[in-house]
Amino acid sequence: MSTMAKHTRQRANVLQGTLDMLILRTLLYGPAHGHQIGKHIQRTTNDFLQMQHGSLYPALHRLEKRGWVVSKWETAPDRNREFKYYQLTEKGRKQLTLEESQWKQMAKAVARIMWPEAEES
Amino acid sequence: MTWWQMRKRDADVERELQSDLALEEEEQREHGVPPDEARHAALRSFGNRTLISEQTREVWSWNGLESLLRDLRISVRTLFRSPGFSIIAVLVMALCIGATTSLFTVVRSVLLRPLPFRDPDGLVMIYEHFRDPSMNAQQFNYNAVAPADYYDWRTQTHGFDDMAAWRWWQFTLTGERGELPELVSARGGTWNLFPLMGVNAVIGRTFTESEDRPDGNAVMLTWSLFQRRFGGSPSIVGRQIHLDGTPYTIIGVLPNWFSYPDAKIQVWVPYASGLPPEILKHHDFHFSRVVARLKPDVSLANALSQVEAVQYWLHLQNLNAPVAEDVASRTLIQDLAQDVRKPLVILLCAVMCMLLIGCLNVANLMVARSAARQKEIAVRSALGARRMTLIREQLMESLLVSLAGGITGMLLSLAATKWLVTTWTNLPSARSVHADGVVLAFACALFISAALPAGLLAAISSTGKQGIAALQASSRGAAGSQARTALRKTLLTVEIATTVVLLMAAGLLLKNFWRLRSTDVGSATDNVLTMGYSLPAKKYDSPEKMNAFNETLLEQVRTMPGVRAAALGSIVPGAGPGGDDSFTIPEHPPIAPGTALPDALSRLADPGYFSTLQIPLLNGRFFTTEDRVGRPKTIIINQQLAKQYFLGENPLGKHLHVAARGDANYEIVGMVADTLYQVGQPGKATMYFPVLNGEIYEGLTLVVRTEADSLVFSVPIQKKIMELDPELPVSYVLTMQQIIERSLGNASLTASLVLGFAVLSLILASVGLYGVLSYITTQRTGEIGVRMALGAQREEILRVMLGDGLRPALYGLTLGLAASIWAVRLIQSMLYGTQPLDPAIFASVAVSMLVVAALACLVPAWRASRIDPMQALRME
Repeated sequence: MSTMAKHTRQRANVLQGTLDMLILRTLLYGPAHGHQIGKHIQRTTNDFLQMQHGSLYPALHRLEKRGWVVSKWETAPDRNREFKYYQLTEKGRKQLTLEESQWKQMAKAVARIMWPEAEES
Repeated sequence: MTWWQMRKRDADVERELQSDLALEEEEQREHGVPPDEARHAALRSFGNRTLISEQTREVWSWNGLESLLRDLRISVRTLFRSPGFSIIAVLVMALCIGATTSLFTVVRSVLLRPLPFRDPDGLVMIYEHFRDPSMNAQQFNYNAVAPADYYDWRTQTHGFDDMAAWRWWQFTLTGERGELPELVSARGGTWNLFPLMGVNAVIGRTFTESEDRPDGNAVMLTWSLFQRRFGGSPSIVGRQIHLDGTPYTIIGVLPNWFSYPDAKIQVWVPYASGLPPEILKHHDFHFSRVVARLKPDVSLANALSQVEAVQYWLHLQNLNAPVAEDVASRTLIQDLAQDVRKPLVILLCAVMCMLLIGCLNVANLMVARSAARQKEIAVRSALGARRMTLIREQLMESLLVSLAGGITGMLLSLAATKWLVTTWTNLPSARSVHADGVVLAFACALFISAALPAGLLAAISSTGKQGIAALQASSRGAAGSQARTALRKTLLTVEIATTVVLLMAAGLLLKNFWRLRSTDVGSATDNVLTMGYSLPAKKYDSPEKMNAFNETLLEQVRTMPGVRAAALGSIVPGAGPGGDDSFTIPEHPPIAPGTALPDALSRLADPGYFSTLQIPLLNGRFFTTEDRVGRPKTIIINQQLAKQYFLGENPLGKHLHVAARGDANYEIVGMVADTLYQVGQPGKATMYFPVLNGEIYEGLTLVVRTEADSLVFSVPIQKKIMELDPELPVSYVLTMQQIIERSLGNASLTASLVLGFAVLSLILASVGLYGVLSYITTQRTGEIGVRMALGAQREEILRVMLGDGLRPALYGLTLGLAASIWAVRLIQSMLYGTQPLDPAIFASVAVSMLVVAALACLVPAWRASRIDPMQALRME
């Protein structure tokens, strides 16, 4: 069964500290509710990144509390039911840019140590 | 965030999770999963929903207040679920914290809080100090100061800012027409005493230098007399009152708070007022206390060395008189608290021990409780509770217990302090005893430092275990709880050791008290009534007038039905030292210069004094009515005086020359048996002068021995006195037994309080012992069942379990006995004729501790031996 195959594939939990950035980046496409955001991150990484609901929802609320996203109950176009949609704020956009550049630096720094000859070539 | 907002937020989170979960389920179905499985699949992929919603809500919670409230709710519920435990824990806490706080309130008020005078740290008391060690043993190391010594100190030394003196006095206070007589306690203070202490009159003024003379007749009222007798009317200043028949002008009123040196004082007169001028020139009439204020830039040692030099010179000038060679000083606060310092420190130590035991017991209870809840906690941590949360909850529980205990304890301590202050008669009352900020802070610190660790210990020890291990642990796997049992046993050992120390102290103090109580003072004590009066010198200005009054009174009292005998003296045995005088024996070679003169207690006695008090005559005769003014001067001595100064010779017919009593030779006409001037003090050489010889310097005591209860005679006798002189008040209407009780009052209070603490500790320790063994029994039920199924005998089980419980008791006992050897040194100085290492007390403490411990262990051990093996095994 396909579900069995999924389970055997290698996967990882979202790195500590990057979840906020991933959520903000996802919301750049437009407002989304929690389920959509989780599914999007999972699907985009071909199920490599596992979305733990236990981290997702606290993270969403944390972003809301900090004013990087706002939420609104809206009817989903395909479901005819209300969901809690999160939308990126101007403050959130700035935060995303900031975290993105930090992450790039971080990734570069890590890469330099891990693959020094690749960097030289 | 308001409650309303919080609620709304909670609902929002629930709704969000609900809708997303429903979506997940729908999607599962759309992927072709059967409907009933879809729901489970959705739930599985979601994880622990309760945990998610809790963690999400936590994002919004403000400073953890929400979780605090939740912990509080859970803790209150848990505590109410086992009210027995909660009530016991709260009561133990309340008792311990209450008792400790009470004692601390008294200690703080008496020993620690600064005196209400200007710059109180600069005030010291200076005494004469005799270097002779035998004098020191009789507490002459802080000897009252003679007036001439004081005057010389003040004028000839410059180390102190100033020195003031005060002396004891008492007056019969009447109005201007002799109305409303009452006996008032008084002090005579030098004119500079109040300025030196920084005390101002609230109305009027304090004394001036010109009033501080033998003919000075100014008087200051204390606040209580001013309110009580004069209705607090300020116009009283400038008016007159009569003291012992002499008119005095009221010049001022002392403030309400001023109650130095004690609160019973009603009036103050100038130091020299009313004293014969020649007395002020004496270096050997010790009746004053000297207060000095240090100069800011001169050390005490420096200032004192100047006074020492002056005193030594005075000593050399008066070699044959009792003039001390040296001086001694102590701070004013030490001086006020000297009698109660030791008992207070002992009581504080005892109550601290009880507090320790109480806290150990609560800790023990908590450990037992958390052990019983091990599975609950394991289940909860398996369900996602974090360790911090569990510890926080346990802490909250113990905090609640100690908070409730602490508040109850503080209320308790208010009542207990009040009781203690009224019961403890010789607490220095220069300051009121009351709780203040520091006491409150102490109580808070107490409950934080005592109660918190008690809870923390249990909390940490219970959550450290692996959750699964606890879940799996059956009663057979008792090994897992071994560590905790060891912890409880250690706590118990400490508890028992502390209890043993307390019991030892209580035993010694009690034995000491009983010994004091049963002391024979050497005279009749049953059915003897005493009553004091002093004839005012103004009205009774000749010996004949005094004798007339005294003899008429005695005659009338003797004829009352039910009166066996009546007599007159200055003081009765057991009522204190009274006064003493030095003497010489003209028949003996003169005393070498440089040695102190012999000294003996002085008493007055009438012809019937010895027979009334049943003091046996050993030689010679008693006084007769012929030993009176105008006749040859006679004296009676006690056996000790004869032994000390007439070794191997017959004192009868010899003479004593007493400088202070008319500078005359007194012929010894009789020798009587020894009596004790105070219970707990060694006897002293004593001289008896005839009351009727007209030289009365002190108040008189009427002694009446009756057939039955003597107290009922007090009012009829008082009426007789009133008929003879309506202006004469009586004082100290007491039976001999009451006099002796009063001198022991505080010994009994200290002993019974320490005993009380010790008994409470014993109860706490035995409850602790019972608890631990019950717990072990419950833990080992399965194991015991197996053993019995395999053939173990009931007696064997009983023996093993008893041994298990008695072992910590034995360790504790040994430890406690060892510690007592050191601890009893603290109370050694309070014991009279009781050895601190009393084998009988050691034995009885050990035996009673063992018996109580055995009884506490017997019940659970018996229960263990009665276990039905089938039942026990089935329980697994």
